[in-house]
Amino acid sequence: MTGPDPVWLYRTVRLIRRFEERAIELVDAGEIVGGIHPYLGQEGIAAGVCAALAADDLVTGTHRGHGHVLAKGADPARMLAELCGRVTGLNRGRGGSMHAADFGVGVLGANAIVGAAGAILTGAVWERRRRGADVVGATFFGDGAVNEGMLLEAFNLAALWQVPVLFVCENNGYATTMPVAGAVAGTVAGRAAAFGMPSTAVDGQDPERVREASAAAVARMRAGGGPELIEAHTYRFDAHHTFEHRVRLDYRPPEEVAEGRSRDPVDIQGARLDPAVRAEVDASVEAVLDAAVDFALAGPHPDPATALDHLYASGLTARTGGG
Amino acid sequence: MPRLSYRRALTRALADEMTRDESVVVLGEDIRVAAANVTTGLLKKFGPERVRDTPLSEQAFTSFATGAALAGARPVVEFQIPSLLFLVFEQIVNHAHKFPLMTGGQCAVPVTYLVPGSGSRTGWAGQHSDHPYALFAHVGVTTVVPATPADAYGLLVSAIRCDDPVVVFAPAGALDLREDVAEPAPVPLGRGVVRRSGDDVTVVAVGHLVHDALAVAEELSGQASVEVFDPRTLYPFDFDGLVDSVRRTGRLVVVDDGNRSCGIAGEIIATVVERVRLAAPPRRVTRPDGAVLPFAPALDRAVQPGRDQLTAAIQLTLKDG
Repeated sequence: MTGPDPVWLYRTVRLIRRFEERAIELVDAGEIVGGIHPYLGQEGIAAGVCAALAADDLVTGTHRGHGHVLAKGADPARMLAELCGRVTGLNRGRGGSMHAADFGVGVLGANAIVGAAGAILTGAVWERRRRGADVVGATFFGDGAVNEGMLLEAFNLAALWQVPVLFVCENNGYATTMPVAGAVAGTVAGRAAAFGMPSTAVDGQDPERVREASAAAVARMRAGGGPELIEAHTYRFDAHHTFEHRVRLDYRPPEEVAEGRSRDPVDIQGARLDPAVRAEVDASVEAVLDAAVDFALAGPHPDPATALDHLYASGLTARTGGG
Repeated sequence: MPRLSYRRALTRALADEMTRDESVVVLGEDIRVAAANVTTGLLKKFGPERVRDTPLSEQAFTSFATGAALAGARPVVEFQIPSLLFLVFEQIVNHAHKFPLMTGGQCAVPVTYLVPGSGSRTGWAGQHSDHPYALFAHVGVTTVVPATPADAYGLLVSAIRCDDPVVVFAPAGALDLREDVAEPAPVPLGRGVVRRSGDDVTVVAVGHLVHDALAVAEELSGQASVEVFDPRTLYPFDFDGLVDSVRRTGRLVVVDDGNRSCGIAGEIIATVVERVRLAAPPRRVTRPDGAVLPFAPALDRAVQPGRDQLTAAIQLTLKDG
């Protein structure tokens, strides 16, 4: 990634924002089936964390994971093709929105099971370092995940074995519809403290603040420190999932939504740029996404005869289900 | 010829593969002191980086192994208790097994899950006596159940070298076996073996029950010629090898230390009758539906498949048709 480059940060949050908006259009158009979990409003976290990582550092994301994959450097066109289920997608149309992965840029996958990816990333970083690579990792999860035992076990293992993993809690206030107050006893920071893990709270709506906190944590980890936690306070601008666009669920008061949306990471970072530069970035992001949509929709659909491809890495062939 | 015990066969397989391949690491609870008597000597030989004793965090260290595998390792994860596999079913099935397909072939997850002491150990009661191999066959994770020391060595070596997750069930009922083995060698996954040739009925026996089936075949040798087929790998199953046998004998009995409903015996019979017209209805001897092994030894034994049941099933099959 880059150093403290305000233009890169802006470009990244803007790219994620517009990617999500274009993706929602494609959901509405029926080109993306199954819907998506929009990352709208949380873009500053993926951008700020990934700005602090190097190209060969490793990342795992969540079901709300498009931002993580894009910020780490995946090609938006192949990402969008994946969402559209095309063979030109990152995962050849086998993963979709919730499993998008790009091992080539260190994204070991979005993961659709809440709290599951932390231990996976810890193992991956450990093995890369055992092989002599000076890598660190960042694993993203929501406030809902801090009540998952397997994530807390991963905190323990990473801290015990001093594996440099940045545990990034994107606290958007809700686990699906459940507010934090109804789900979390104690605090997120308290969970880190219980395992002797340093933690930093940060304004997740400000990409620069996220980048600063992440860069400081990554620097400590590269200097030999163990895992750390960042709790980024944020707000999800849109639905938990696009099904909420059709089925209205009443769990967030309109005033709260309005207030949450008033602190927009795209505007916060955009205000730091010369208006002409900002306009230039906006235009280039639009061009990238125009091309991405064209690429995605032009990609071939997978042949049903290949539905079992990649099931086994060993070459094992599964029996088919027919009579 | 050197005598090889089942446990030392597993130890030797681990040591040989760790020597051959730096990417092999072993994880598990109490493995530094070899509490399950399998990882004996490995810590001293290979050091704590490659022989990692873990806290009691099965879900975390199972997925840690998945991540390490994604980054190039070939981890072996030891579980002292078979029912711990229930605890990590999510980590194995939903992550390790699904990653290659979900990522469109971007990765492999070569992890071996080793259970030295699956099934009943007599007196370990309800939560330590399961034999859940059929669950892994059902979800399509490569599943092996070695019956002999030579196969314990050979199948564990092949499991470690396999690019996919493999569960190795080492039945408690086989752990005390010893046999003469000239030179232990890899045994291919997915290949069964005829342990005893016969003409009248094919008995498929899983794991330690191979030895019960051989004993029953010997007892019945005056009345019938019983062929004993040891599948060795339950998934992928060597149906071609079994069908060859059943085409000759025309009769099939399966003895399986799993629960009856949706067990591996049911799958074996279903697949054979899809391919072969049998001379008599097939039979299976299994644990009961929904088995929970009771503590008292007589009850524990009563729930496991026994030689008397197998003898009766063979005789019924021979009488029918």
